[in-house]
Formats: sequence, structure tokens, C-alpha cells
Amino acid sequence: MVQAALVKTKPVIEISDLNLYFGEKQVLKNIQLTIPQKMVTAMIGPSGCGKSTLLRTLNRLHDLSPDARITGKVTIDGQDIFHKNTLVNKLRKKVGMVFQKPNPFPKSIYDNVAYGLQINGFPKDKIPQMVEESLRKSYIFDEVKDKLQEPATRLSGGQQQRLCIARTIAVKPEIILMDEPCSALDPLSTLKIEELILELKNDYTIVIVTHNMQQAARVSDFTAFMYLGELIEFDETHKIFNNPEKQLTENYIKGHFG
Amino acid sequence: MNFKAIFKENPLPATMLLFCTLLVCTFLFLILGEIFSKGLSALSWSFIFDAPKNGMTKGGILPAIVGTLLLTLITTLASLPIGIACAIYLSEYAKNNTTTQIIRAAIRNLAGVPSIIYGLFGLALFVQGLQLGTSILSAGLTLGLLSLPYIITTTEEALKTVPQSMREGALALGATQFETIRDIVLPASIPGIATGVILSLSRAAGETAPILFTGAAFYVTGLPGNLFQEFMALPYHLYMLTTQHQSIATVRPLAYGTAAVLIILVFMLNIVAFMIRNKFRKQLK
Ligand SMILES: Nc1ncnc2c1ncn2[C@@H]1O[C@H](COP(=O)(O)OP(=O)(O)O)[C@@H](O)[C@H]1O
Ligand SMILES: [Mg+2]
Repeated sequence: MVQAALVKTKPVIEISDLNLYFGEKQVLKNIQLTIPQKMVTAMIGPSGCGKSTLLRTLNRLHDLSPDARITGKVTIDGQDIFHKNTLVNKLRKKVGMVFQKPNPFPKSIYDNVAYGLQINGFPKDKIPQMVEESLRKSYIFDEVKDKLQEPATRLSGGQQQRLCIARTIAVKPEIILMDEPCSALDPLSTLKIEELILELKNDYTIVIVTHNMQQAARVSDFTAFMYLGELIEFDETHKIFNNPEKQLTENYIKGHFG
Repeated sequence: MNFKAIFKENPLPATMLLFCTLLVCTFLFLILGEIFSKGLSALSWSFIFDAPKNGMTKGGILPAIVGTLLLTLITTLASLPIGIACAIYLSEYAKNNTTTQIIRAAIRNLAGVPSIIYGLFGLALFVQGLQLGTSILSAGLTLGLLSLPYIITTTEEALKTVPQSMREGALALGATQFETIRDIVLPASIPGIATGVILSLSRAAGETAPILFTGAAFYVTGLPGNLFQEFMALPYHLYMLTTQHQSIATVRPLAYGTAAVLIILVFMLNIVAFMIRNKFRKQLK
């Protein structure tokens, strides 16, 4: 049982009775989920089942879609993220995000990482050092150290995605949301990012959406399986992949592996 | 596919399309050829740097050049900040509901209102209503109003070309919406905005009707010294030389010369727009 596994961990994100509608259409249905700290939690499920939608709820990116309506409760570190006193920019600093398609800003490599530090008010004289540190942690420093002033858009897709990770960890979030971060990348870049994720989980809570079962199995500690807007099963990754409780989960996993 | 291959594959549409393009180019070059061939004899340094003399049959057009430049400056100051602010509001802040759609449609329709109507409106509002008199200020504000719909529309289009993923990327780092617009969206859309703005301004610089009742003068001695004086402007000067002057035939070369200067001025503005766009494109790549 997942409860047994979760006992050893500390909850950081707690989602209860979460429903989300786009206009009339209900996309998330009564989600209950506790995400443990400093672990990698994978979200799997068929395309369109609501994985991205759930992920984007956690940093309130749905604030941008006027037709999104949310009921239920999400707390991060015990704080209600929908509470009227919650400052959404502070929440997003704490809950970073890496997107499906690498989206570096049309700025230099250096500025891409420095930008988040500037707007979050990190001391000016510390910024160069923090930029370097984040680039190192994202295993991209050696590849870009001689061209920090070049436009980030000249990098390859895999490098851009690692730059986006660097820019995310630069502002020192607690949680990193990743929405299919490798889906636009070649296998070698994918491997590099997976190694990076394993490294990052020492310091961060990571929630990763992936359509790649092998990837979920390789990098995650816990796995949530979603289907048609519902959370079908959540458990330790090896349990989900080897011995799931629900027939639906088993069919999905088997369909992908078998 | 190369040019030849396209023609071989299906000659009829390609030929017709090419013909239309050539036709347009022909007219364009005919106009330019006409103006420059007849105006070139009038063009000289003294034509540009002297004031008109002898009842405008001699001398140059300096007051009209300076008048048009100052007028365009006032137009820019009057329309640019408001226009860009309005476009940012519509594109980034306003909910996309019926009210916004109506506002947007109204602005687009304003772009189609004949410029003489702006002239009348400027006369009623600035000259008489606000008691600014027939002055370069009234005329500049009127042209500002005329330019606003274009500036708003083109700026909004430019903002819309910035991918949503850029905004999300900045917001996800903890940027506020304002910071996102200021630091990411605006810089990325500057080429589009600059091009649109300069093209609207160069269009405004060539307008006659809106300044006709609001401040342009037949003839003034000296350059405009303050905002409340009447002024000479190139398009109006051209209109006047062509149709209102007592010896039209004598001043015909001067009229063509004025037309050439106006065209060169507008071309220069367009070239600036083109250079800004290229410079930023390169930077963004
Ligand atoms: N902004 C939106 N407006 C309306 N419907 C949306 C929006 N975003 C996503 N959806 C719908 O919500 C469902 C879940 O989408 P998503 O969360 O992107 O799925 P997944 O990431 O699991 O593939 C899909 O049916 C999608 O069409
Ligand atoms: Mg998705």
C-alpha cells in the first residue's frame, strides 16, 4: 500500500478534492494526491487524460486561462495555494517549471539564467556566481562557458532544455514541475536530462509528466497513473510497474511494455 | 522548387500572377519617375535650406520641412505612449470578452475613417474646444489621433506574435505579469512594434486633410517658435503650390521638388523601420 511507503517520507504537496473545468468540460475529477518531498513523482497516462493540466494547477498557470475553473484544495508546505493572500509570483518562485518544448528567452545564455535572479531580488554581486553554479548543476556549463553572451536560441534542443532547467533551479525553488521535458529531444539529450533529474532529487521535489514508461520507471520513486481526468492509482514506482492494484493500470502498463 | 520549374508545371496562374506584380511595379516606378524627373531640376541645397521668396516663386522649402519634422515629433509624442499602452492592455490584460471585442472592432474601424473627418474633429476638439487655436500643437494632436488606431493595431499584432510559452517561462520563474511584459514580451516584439509605428507615422507625415483646418498655414515667415503658432508643412505646401498659387505654371517645378522631398523623407522613415527590424531580428536569432 502506498500509505506504508509514504510513511517514510514528508508530504510537500497535498491535493484534495481537486476538480478542474475548462468551460463546461471537466478535465480533472476529484483528485486526491500527496506528493512526497525530495522524491521524483512521475505522472503517466494516455494523452489528454489531464497530466499537464494537473501539473499546471500546482504553480497556478491556469490563472492565465480565463475559462479554467477550479474547486478543491491544494496545499504546498501547508499553505493553501488558492488562498487570496497567496502571492502567485512567490508561489511560482517556489514551484519552478520546465516545459515540454524548450522555451529559452530571446536573450543571451547568461541572461536567461540571470533573469530569474534579478526579478527575485537576489543580490546583484552574487548573480554571476549563481548563474555559473546553476549552469554547472545542470551539466551544461562546459558546453556554454565560452559563449555565455550568445543568444540561447542558437543552442541545440537538448542544450536549451538543460538551460531551462538551469534557469529554473537558479532561483532556488523547492519543487520542480517537468512537463514531458524530453519529448522534443533526441535519445542522448534525454539520457542527460534523466541523469540530471536523478541528481536534482537530492535537493528538490520533482514532479515529472512523461509518456515514456521506461523513463518513468528509470527516474521516479513514485508514480501516479491518470485516466480520463481521474487519478486511478498512485504508489511506489516499482509497485505500479510490477504489481499494480487496478486492472486499468495493469492494462496500460502492459500495453506499453508488452 | 525553382522559378523555371514552377512555370513549367503550371504556366497560366504563374504568368498571371507575375503579370499583376509587374503591373503594380510599373505604376510605382511611373509615379516615382514622373516626380523625380520633374522635381530634380528644383532640388538643390538652397531649395532645402532656404525659405520661400518672391511670393513663393523662388527660394526653398525649409519652413515646410522643419514644420513637417516638428509636426511628426508632436504626433509621435501624442500617440506613441498611449497607443502602446492601449495595445498592451488589450493584448495582455483585457479579458477576451464581448466588450473587448467591441473595443477592438471600434479601433480597427477608426483606422478606416477618412482623414478629413479627423481634421474636422481636431478643429472642433483641439482648435475650438480646448482653445489651442490653429497651431502646430492642434495639428500634431489631430494627427496623433489619426495614427492611434494603426499604432494600437500593429502593436497588438506584434505582441500576439510572442509565443505564449515565453510568457509562461517568465511567470514560472516568479515574474509578475508586468515584469513579464516589460522584460520578455516587449523586447521580443520591438521589431514589429517599431515597424508598425514608423509606418503609421510616415503615413501621418504625408497627410494634408487633418492639418488643413487645424494649423497648417499657406505661408509663414520663419520657423515655428512655439507650439501655438501656425506652421508650414510639406504636403500642404505641395497642395497649395499645385492648386492655390496665383501662378501655378511657374511654380510647377517647385511643386515637384516638394513632392520629391516629401517622398524622400517618408522613404527615410521606412528605411529606419526596416533597419530597426533587421537589427533586432539578428539579435533575437
Ligand atoms: N486551455 C484549455 N482549454 C480547454 N481545454 C483544454 C485546455 N487545456 C487542456 N484542455 C483539455 O484538457 C484535457 C487534458 O489535457 P492535458 O492536461 O493537456 O492532457 P495530457 O497532458 O495528459 O496529455 C484535454 O482533453 C485537453 O483538450
Ligand atoms: Mg501534456
